[in-house]
This record gives sequence, structure tokens and C-alpha cells, in this order.
Amino acid sequence: MEKRVRVLVAKPGLDGHDRGAKVVARALRDAGFEVIYTGLRQTPEQIAEAALQEDVNVIAMSILSGAHPHLFPKVVNLVKEKGMDDVLIIGGGVIPDSDIPALKAAGLAEVFTPGTTTSAIVEFIKANVK
Amino acid sequence: MSNENLKAKLAEFDAKVEKATAKFPERKNVPAKRIYTPLDIENTEYESEIGFPGSYPFTRGVQPTMYRGRFWTMRMYAGFSTAEESNKRYRYLIESGATGLSCAFDLPTQIGYDSDDDISTGEVGKVGVAIDSLADMEVLFDKIDLGKVSTSMTINAPASVLLAMYIAVAEKQGVSADQLKGTIQNDILKEYAARGTYIFPPKPSMRLITNIFEFCSKNVPNWNTISISGYHIREAGSTASQEIAFTIADGIAYAEAAIKAGLDVDAFAGRLSFFWNAHNNVLEEVAKFRASRRVWAKVMKERFGAKNPKSWMLRVHTQTAGSMLTAQQPNNNIVRVALQTAAAVMGGTQSLHTNSKDEALALPTEESVMIALRTQQIVAYESGLADVIDPLAGSYYVEALTNKIEKEAWEYIKKIDEVGGAVAAIEKGYIQKEIQDSAYQWQMDVESGAKVIVGVNKFQMEEKPVEGLLRVDAAVGEGQKQKLIAMKAKRDNVAVKASLDSLEKACQDEQENLMPYILTAVKTYATLGEICGVMRKVFGEYEAHVSL
Repeated sequence: MEKRVRVLVAKPGLDGHDRGAKVVARALRDAGFEVIYTGLRQTPEQIAEAALQEDVNVIAMSILSGAHPHLFPKVVNLVKEKGMDDVLIIGGGVIPDSDIPALKAAGLAEVFTPGTTTSAIVEFIKANVK
Repeated sequence: MSNENLKAKLAEFDAKVEKATAKFPERKNVPAKRIYTPLDIENTEYESEIGFPGSYPFTRGVQPTMYRGRFWTMRMYAGFSTAEESNKRYRYLIESGATGLSCAFDLPTQIGYDSDDDISTGEVGKVGVAIDSLADMEVLFDKIDLGKVSTSMTINAPASVLLAMYIAVAEKQGVSADQLKGTIQNDILKEYAARGTYIFPPKPSMRLITNIFEFCSKNVPNWNTISISGYHIREAGSTASQEIAFTIADGIAYAEAAIKAGLDVDAFAGRLSFFWNAHNNVLEEVAKFRASRRVWAKVMKERFGAKNPKSWMLRVHTQTAGSMLTAQQPNNNIVRVALQTAAAVMGGTQSLHTNSKDEALALPTEESVMIALRTQQIVAYESGLADVIDPLAGSYYVEALTNKIEKEAWEYIKKIDEVGGAVAAIEKGYIQKEIQDSAYQWQMDVESGAKVIVGVNKFQMEEKPVEGLLRVDAAVGEGQKQKLIAMKAKRDNVAVKASLDSLEKACQDEQENLMPYILTAVKTYATLGEICGVMRKVFGEYEAHVSL
């Protein structure tokens, strides 16, 4: 049997809004992925370490507080420093369209904004996971 | 018409309409019946269950005058960046006819960290104003007369510290604590269950809350010591019934804690206030407001034996539902907010914040905040909705729905009692799980199309990215750090240390009320992070229960 895709759903920073993260986590699980949810208030270091320990294929982060320009790229850099070059990193939350090009340049594979369906996220992961 | 006759006529009507609507499957899943009749409320006693505004059980409103006396307080939640910037926005809102202030704090402030803490990087000034010490608070309320304005502060875990800072600023303005009017949110239980800005474990958190109840009953008698909040529970995905049930269960836990600490129920219950969400389904929301007042009145009178009618009243602030705003076609949000405003007003709210159309994208601009405030003013002055008290009373549907929501709320409260009360229910993850299940169901209904969100899963169109969104300058964090360094160099550091040492000792003695110690500390310009640091050291931190 093929190894199941492992996804770390993470909430970086101090933001407490986890409705979206939990709904996405559950939808990914229902779609057949193995899902690990970090819980709230994770530092970028903790997320990168959890990704390494859990040997995940995907990191899916959610931020609604506006701290994404700082926190998303920081996670990407730490993950790369740990040598995990083939992890698919995606993000979502209240993120203005104008911020997306910079986040993608920093290494996020995709950024999902409000109104995205969970099935769109599932499809994206299936199509892009290495 | 006799009931028998009515039943026969209704059966005939239903059979006919059932056939006629068979070809419209899209409208088949509406949860309400298609019509309501006197049969739906035949067991509802007017006097005991509905009654008069200002009288038990307050179904029709807490005051006898309601909006025939004065309109609700139009209170716009605001705060971002620095104290200087937020002070400007507050003064702009007051000049535009807002009748109360409502302060949003950034996440480091809400979780008790200073702006120069590593963990604060990237978050300073983002979702609210950064407050590190009394110095920032003085700037925040500069040229605002705290003897006149009423101020609501969305602050929970460190509510004691921000309240102390507010009292200290007022004192400097020459306004004594007993003249202050306002609210602190101070509702830690919903932080564990739904909002996430907790610091300490439940036990010391409940102690801080009862300390505040006691301190305010003696020193700040016009202050609302807590805003027991369903808003965030609803935002996290709950249903209307769950929103009021879980919140009233939290209210019961606070009342029990205070009584256990030796307070008389009538000494604090009149200063408890609530916070509801105004969601999309207008009539369901109106029924929710009405049901919630009835449940709380019964809880206070029958369960706690409160004797003062003020203790029985569920006074409520309302905010329109942020989670219902769409990033798609954001102008449509103006219409959603107007309908939500109508619901809150027909539901009889005491104060209201209306969201701005751009909040699914960023913090609101001044222009969009103005539309949101004008929405309230149009509903107040032009719509006629505020002309008659509780205008939907007697509607077969609204009365039946009020009864249904009340019944569902009692069922949840009973379940929570069986689990051991709200604190235990949260520690076991029961409340979180119920909310998550509802949130997931909602999302699945939207994805299947069973629930239509205009512009999101129906009536979509190509859109250009929205321009002119409010941006918080990344330099705010650096500036705030520099201010903090300069402030620490100027203050009397010996006095700071002495006040923090006394606070630490007081924390260790459960009999002490911490408020006087915190007040002394903030006056020495001890920072929020230093004060919360002392409490973290003694109390420890809450470890969240996470399950999917």
C-alpha cells in the first residue's frame, strides 16, 4: 500500500482563531490524509521541529491576525534549514491579495483566502505533494 | 376558530402546499416549518413567559423604556498600531456620533507580552493597539474625558491589568474610579473554548475574575466587570442555541465562583453583562436574544436566588458576525451588516458594533467604518424598527422559535451541569467538540450548496483585487520597542521591583485580592509583560485540550 500523505496543520504566532484550521484539518483527514494539528500559539521553530519529527509531506498554516508577512516566510526558511526540501508548504487566512506574490516568492506553494473550499485544498495537495 | 378546526384547516393547507412545492427541491431543506399558527404557541403564557419590557422574565427587553427612552449605544470596536494612531481614530469616531468607545488590543497585549518580547515579533499593533505600560494608556485616552465617555475593553486574561491602567489614567485626569463607566470583557472561559487568548489555568483565572468583581463592587460600582461572550463561540462555528447555552453556562460558572469566594449574588450579578453575535438569519437572531434574556432571568432568580431585579437582567452588547463577511464582492457585506443590525435592534440590544465591509480582507479603513456606523444611525432614525419595543412579540413564528431556542439551551445547560459545569466541560473538550462539529457541518453545507452564500458559492463573478486596504506599518513594532526602552530608563526601577515583589507574594496567598497590588504596580510604570510575568511564574500557563 502506498504511504499516506502526512499533513501538519499549524497555527503560527499568537492568533487564536482556529475555526478554519480545524475545519481544514478535519476535511484533510476525511480525504484520507494523516493529519497532525499543532494547536495554538506555535513559534516558527516549534512548527519546523514538529514537521521534522512527524516526517510530514505538507505543512498547512493558518493566520488571521495579519502577522503572515513575518511568520510564513520564517517557517519556510527554518524548514529548509533543516534540510526538508520536498515539503509542500501552504498557507491560508485573512490575507490581502497584494501580499500573495511576496509570500509565494518566499517559498509558499499556495495561499488560500476566505471562501476557499476544503475540496480545493485537498485537490491542490494531491496535485502538488512530492 | 377552535383548535380542532384550526388543526383540520392546517392539515388541509399543508397537504395542498406540499404538492405545490414538490417541484422546488431547492427550498425543501429550510429548517423552519412553512407557516406558524396559534397552535405553535398555545402553551405560551403571556404573563409568565413573555410579559412586559423591564419585568421578569425580560423576554421583551431589560428596560421598560428600551429605545423609546434612548437608542442603543453605538460602539465601534477600534484600535490598531500605536496608542497615538488609535487615539486619533477614537476621537474621529466620537466626533462622528459614536456614543461609546471600544478598544481592540494587539495579540501580545491580550496574551500579556510586551512589544519587545521575541514572541511578539510580527504581531505588534496588528489586530489592535499595542499597550505596554501606563505610558501608552495615557496616550490612548489623551484629550478624551474618561468621566464622560464609556469605554469597553476587549481584554481577558490580563483584564485586571488594563482595568488598573484605565483607573490610573482617569485618576491623572482628575476622574475618580467611582465615576468610571465601561466594560472589560474578562471572560476567560470562552477564551479556552473558542477565542484562544488565555494565559493562566482556570483556577487562578477564576480567582482574578472574582477579585475584579469584588474590587469593582466597592470601588468602581458603575463598571461592567465582565462581558460573558457568546460572540466568539458563534464565530468559531456554533449554532444560535449553542451560542447562548454555552455562554450562560459560563455565566453560571462565574456566579458560582464568586459565591464560593464569599460574595453575595446581588452584590455582583447586576454588573454582569453579555455579548451576542448578530448573525445572518434575522428572525432566528431576534428569537435568540429574547430566549437568552428569559433563560438568564430564570437562572438568576431560581438557581441563585437573586433578589434584586437588576441581577435578573441580561444586558447585552452585540457585534455583527465577522465570520459572515465575504472577501468576494465585499460591497455586499454592507447589506449583510444592515440586516444583522436590524436583528440586533429588534432583539433589543443595549449596544452594538457594526462590522465594516472590508474586514474579510484586512482591518477597516476610516471610510468603511463610517458606512458601518451610518448603518446603525439609519436603522435607528429612518427604519422605524426602533419605534416599538420588541416589535416581533406575538408573531407565531418568533414566539415559537424563542421557545425552541430556550428549550435547546436548557438541554445543553443540563448536559454541562452533568459534566460538572462549564469549567469541567471545557477541560474535557466537550464544548469545543460541539462547536467544531457545528463549524464543520456549516462548511460542508456551503460546499454542497445546501447553504448559499451570495458571491461565494452562487452568483460569483470575476473580481479585481480590492485596493486601498488599511495596512499596519511593520515599523510599528520597532517604534514600540524604542518607546519601551526609553520609558524603562525614566521610571523609578526600585519602586517597580518593590511593587512586583509584593504582587508575587499576594499571588501566593489565595485570600488576597490582587487588584490593589496590580494598581500599585501599573502606577510605577511596571509593564504589562512584567506584571503578567510575575503571575505566570506563580500561576503557570494553561495547556490547551486539542482534539479534532
